[in-house]
Amino acid sequence: MTAGEAGVGRGRPSRRPRSWRRSAGLAALVAVLAGCGAGVPSAQTPSGSAAGSGAGASITVFAAASLARPFEEIGAQVERTHPGSDVRFQFAGSADLVTQLREGAPGDVLATADEASMARAASAGLVEETAPFATNTLTIVVPTGNPAAITSFADLAHDGVATVVCAPQVPCGAATERVEALTGVRLSPVSEENRVDDVLGKITSGQADAGVVYVTDALRAGEAVARVDVPEADRAVNRYPIGVLAGAGGADASHRGPNRALATAFVDAVRGGPGRAALTRAGFGTP
Amino acid sequence: MTGSTAAPHLTRRPTTGRSRRPGPGLPTWVYVPAVLGIVVVVLPVVGMAARVGWADLPALLSSPAALDALRLSLLTSSASTLACIVLGVPLALVLARTRFPGQGLLRALVLLPLVLPPVVGGLALLATFGRTGLLGAHLEALGVRIAFSTVAVVLAQTFVALPFLVVGLEGALRTAGRDHEAVAATLGASPTHVLARVTLPLTLPGLVSGAVLAFARSLGEFGATLTFAGSLQGRTRTLPLEIYLAREADPDAALALALLLVVVALVVVGAVHGRSRS
Repeated sequence: MTAGEAGVGRGRPSRRPRSWRRSAGLAALVAVLAGCGAGVPSAQTPSGSAAGSGAGASITVFAAASLARPFEEIGAQVERTHPGSDVRFQFAGSADLVTQLREGAPGDVLATADEASMARAASAGLVEETAPFATNTLTIVVPTGNPAAITSFADLAHDGVATVVCAPQVPCGAATERVEALTGVRLSPVSEENRVDDVLGKITSGQADAGVVYVTDALRAGEAVARVDVPEADRAVNRYPIGVLAGAGGADASHRGPNRALATAFVDAVRGGPGRAALTRAGFGTP
Repeated sequence: MTGSTAAPHLTRRPTTGRSRRPGPGLPTWVYVPAVLGIVVVVLPVVGMAARVGWADLPALLSSPAALDALRLSLLTSSASTLACIVLGVPLALVLARTRFPGQGLLRALVLLPLVLPPVVGGLALLATFGRTGLLGAHLEALGVRIAFSTVAVVLAQTFVALPFLVVGLEGALRTAGRDHEAVAATLGASPTHVLARVTLPLTLPGLVSGAVLAFARSLGEFGATLTFAGSLQGRTRTLPLEIYLAREADPDAALALALLLVVVALVVVGAVHGRSRS
């Protein structure tokens, strides 16, 4: 809306229709509903160049957001070894991915950040065979300079330390709860975020004194944060499973074979040597 | 009912535009897009209601997390509506009843939160009131921390809701005209007296309308809150944030909470709007 529309009453005051207010009420409801819908990722993010038409096989990989960098690398490798093929990605939170697939989003491969999300996908009949391909552990991140002088997990529970963690409903939060149980330290965070990226953002912006994120996230943030490792976190490892989706290949019978073959090739690449190298560079462990 | 029809003999402006008498009928074709319009708004809500597991609804809605979120949403939305009234009424008066250079720019600035994506609003609030922000750094030195507090939620809601109240009330002020105010002033009433006894009563329906919209907008606030205030049960996790979180682990609970939010919004908007119009 512009200033001109706002001054709608200026030139013709008596004609300002009262029904405007009624319609504004409806608009407010739309706003309320829009608020509920926020956070649903928009269209698929195409990566790669082939247009999908012609003989080349084409797949969409649904993957946890933390896998973005190594998976883009592996996708490029697979496209090189399969000329004319096209590997696209949809990166989001693991629970979001499963929800999208359950609602009929077309995907060929699913890789989640935890086994619980994959189990939900399996119980919905979305995947058949899955295997763990990477692990991730938690670490503490602090703003550069470490203003609250954090040196251990127990320090996070001290009075006046503003700690941000993931909510227990999401994989990184569930892992944080396991570390709390292992260390016997009960945290009282100032915020429980839905996304590990939101935790990281609160640290890079200096809003909080410490955050609990994955090692891979801390590596990705680079110089913006400092890392304080948690020895106990090695016993609260998150396993990342991957599997070809039951509906892989798409509905078009003439493309299903090549597409399924490409999906299998991508999973093999992730679990094979080159994939392992890319995952290790990003900070992932071996299951 | 409304101020302008309460004393029609005093106004020079034609009242036919707002008469309740049936005028010439609408062209029939108008009803087709009108019905489509309402379908666009209502159908998704119907679709959502169809998905809700009604048998589990009481259990889903009476969980501590849901009750905390509902309580916090009602509390913060009421507080931000109050803040919108305290700040927005004088702002609307200044915009509608005075003339000064740069008024058009000021009006555009007031509307800014309407066009900003809420996340951007949250970032702006963070850069201002956050721990390292423009004001926040000084507040932090005084021992006042707004980030991650319920105050931050109210601040975010007030930021996004204020334009709704100002626009609604300014329109009502312009529609009401200045005739009654002029008469009261010639009879010796002071400016404050005129404001309290003539202007505000005349524009009360506009104020109520704007306040309802501000409340509804506050109730649905999501992006700015998540960015600026964080998410913690009972302190900053309002109903929309609880819905967003519930989606992760329990989509059925998210739908139930979404339905609750719709019902609360409908009840508030319906009750106040209905009353102010009857």
